[in-house]
Amino acid sequence: MAEIPQVALARDESHLIGEAKAGNYAAFEELVNRYEKKIYRLGMNITGNREDAEDVLQEAFLKAFEHLPDFREDSRFYTWVVRIAVNEALMKLRKRRSSREVPMETSEDENGEVLVREFADWKPNPEQQFAQVELERILQSAANALPPGFRTVFYLRDVEGLSTEETAEVLDLTVGAVKARLFRARLRLREELSKIFKRGSIQ
Amino acid sequence: MKCNQAIKELSGYLDGELDPELKQTLEAHLTYCNHCHAVFDSTKKTIELYCDGKLFSLPDDVRTRLHEALKRKLHGRR
Repeated sequence: MAEIPQVALARDESHLIGEAKAGNYAAFEELVNRYEKKIYRLGMNITGNREDAEDVLQEAFLKAFEHLPDFREDSRFYTWVVRIAVNEALMKLRKRRSSREVPMETSEDENGEVLVREFADWKPNPEQQFAQVELERILQSAANALPPGFRTVFYLRDVEGLSTEETAEVLDLTVGAVKARLFRARLRLREELSKIFKRGSIQ
Repeated sequence: MKCNQAIKELSGYLDGELDPELKQTLEAHLTYCNHCHAVFDSTKKTIELYCDGKLFSLPDDVRTRLHEALKRKLHGRR
């Protein structure tokens, strides 16, 4: 299948935004259709439950609609909606957990370097050993072992495919902080999942 | 290259940000160090698992409620 050229897609999106700003609801709905799946997944990934994810999804698009006149097209529409959704999701977590940001649990040596505690090899294709629902539960419980600020960086960079700079912009972090968090988040998630997926582990 | 140095370059390697010389040294380390190879490999797999598009798909009823809420908002404005 031929790929839609990015330039054409961007021009088309800019047209849709213009139409939506002028009050064309169908144009706004088309923008929602493009990104609703991703925003829902983002909500699931950050908040860890369906109810909150649905709230995040609705709030993000309702606010985007409301504030559309303020949207300046110096960033992508998607990044703008992601920023709104991330704020909604983190606010939910703060309410639920009374603003407690637990420190990242990693082992470090005397130089402050991250130590890897688990070197075991994984079984091949671990995803094929679990039903979809079970796999979702495993991934979510591993992610919950990370402080929200770390798993959010992981989702934006590795799952949603935002660049380091875009992630920094969305989360109001420096590029260096995004990289440091991503490194620790990746290692920690791997360590959590290793408990289940490593060779020789008992199911 | 020592294992702790290799681990430090993990993110840069996965993101394709290492300069060619460092990348080559690292890859040489990974060919003979089973431990680091396992860590790099399973970290890559970790990312792939979370990226699986089938996960956390948007349920139809949730989508319907979103579009209804948007329509209500629009009509409230008129």
